[in-house]
Amino acid sequence: MIRVILPAHLQALAGTGKEIGINVDGDVTQRTVVDAIEAAYPALRGTIRDHRTKQRRPMVRFFALEQDLSHESLDAPLPDEIARGDEPFWIIGAISGG
Amino acid sequence: MSGVRVLVGTRKGAFIITSDDARHEWDIAGPHFPGMEIFHLKGSPVDPNRIYASQASDWFGQIMHRSDDGGKTWETIGNEFAYEGEVGTHQFYDGTPHPWDFRRVWHLEPSLHDVDTVYAGVEDAALFKTTDGGQTWLELDGLRHHSTGNTWQPGAGGLCLHSILLDPTNPDRIFVAISAAGAFRTDDGGQTWTPINQGLRSDYIPDGDAEVGHCVHNIALHPSKPDTLFMQKHWDVMRSDNAGDLWHEVSGNLPTDFGFPISVHAHEPETIYVVPITSDSHHFPPEGKLRVYRSRNGGNEWEALTNGLPQENCYVNVLRDAMSVDRLDSCGIYFGTTGGQVYASADSGDTWQTLVHDLPAVMSVEVQTLP
Repeated sequence: MIRVILPAHLQALAGTGKEIGINVDGDVTQRTVVDAIEAAYPALRGTIRDHRTKQRRPMVRFFALEQDLSHESLDAPLPDEIARGDEPFWIIGAISGG
Repeated sequence: MSGVRVLVGTRKGAFIITSDDARHEWDIAGPHFPGMEIFHLKGSPVDPNRIYASQASDWFGQIMHRSDDGGKTWETIGNEFAYEGEVGTHQFYDGTPHPWDFRRVWHLEPSLHDVDTVYAGVEDAALFKTTDGGQTWLELDGLRHHSTGNTWQPGAGGLCLHSILLDPTNPDRIFVAISAAGAFRTDDGGQTWTPINQGLRSDYIPDGDAEVGHCVHNIALHPSKPDTLFMQKHWDVMRSDNAGDLWHEVSGNLPTDFGFPISVHAHEPETIYVVPITSDSHHFPPEGKLRVYRSRNGGNEWEALTNGLPQENCYVNVLRDAMSVDRLDSCGIYFGTTGGQVYASADSGDTWQTLVHDLPAVMSVEVQTLP
């Protein structure tokens, strides 16, 4: 079970708490994690990444183990701690706006 | 019991305000979608319990909602708005080519005949349509692929398609307006489009009477006279009596002819309403007085409606989709402000009451008249 921390607005949209658990078959990457999130919570489609290009939305960031993975390859393996569910994968909205 | 339901979109959520047909006591529900910018909500004329809502933010993009119980509960619906065919470019503010880039849905216009059919006007300017209750959206790309499309430029709010009027007598005829391209009409259900900007004069563009390039802020019609259109342009209040083929100015004695919304009385097709705003650089009412202006003869002769509205120190704006009318026997007029007030008149504008003082900035106001 992969643990994912969602920003507050996406928690409200998905009707979840702060942390969700998702299952990923095969390689655990940014792409497969977000694939699994969108499959489990269809309301989140298009909110984390573009529908077609699959690129992360500009004001969304991905973190794991206190490291910013936002600019890593979508297909790079995530750290083992994430894959094992020991640590969560963080999706964070930029701090901006009013 | 008949009554009204006022759908208010704000920068931090949606609010639903209801009353019986006396319109003296009001119940305010919300915020729905708290903290999120709700650009527009609108109910289906076929089934008033069906309401569509557009939520958008720079963080999480476009999110669409639908209610089947009059706004008590909501479900998310399809939010993929993909341009059809060659995406191409329009002009950016500096005149350079800029690829069309979807940002948000500005306006939702449910079909007059089918509860599952809705038109969506979006930024960057395009018209989309769903026929399955919002699960999927397809672009009517004849508009964006009009031969002038690559010359369209954004207004200050972006290149947005903000007004959609459906002709109740002709299902193939639709009018739209785009800032800052102008107004367009289709007579074949959206396949092909004609710019309808002849007669407009815009001194702030190099060719003041160009075919396109006018910053139209809002257009309106009365269902009984769908060939008569009214327009609030960036500057100038305009009128056409031939479905937009030719416009003439009806600003008359308005204190300023800059403004955003324009509405038509529910039962008097020659009675129209605007909210004059000082100028394009001063987005607040002249003299700090919030005045709705009414013309009972289709323009040119206007009277200020002030009874119940603040007449000193008022520096709010009223955005283009933030005024609406109900269809009760004594027509009600409603509008919301960037200061978070929602005002209503149950007597065609003669007197006003404040429904709520302190909402977030109001983006849109739509009214449903309930059976």
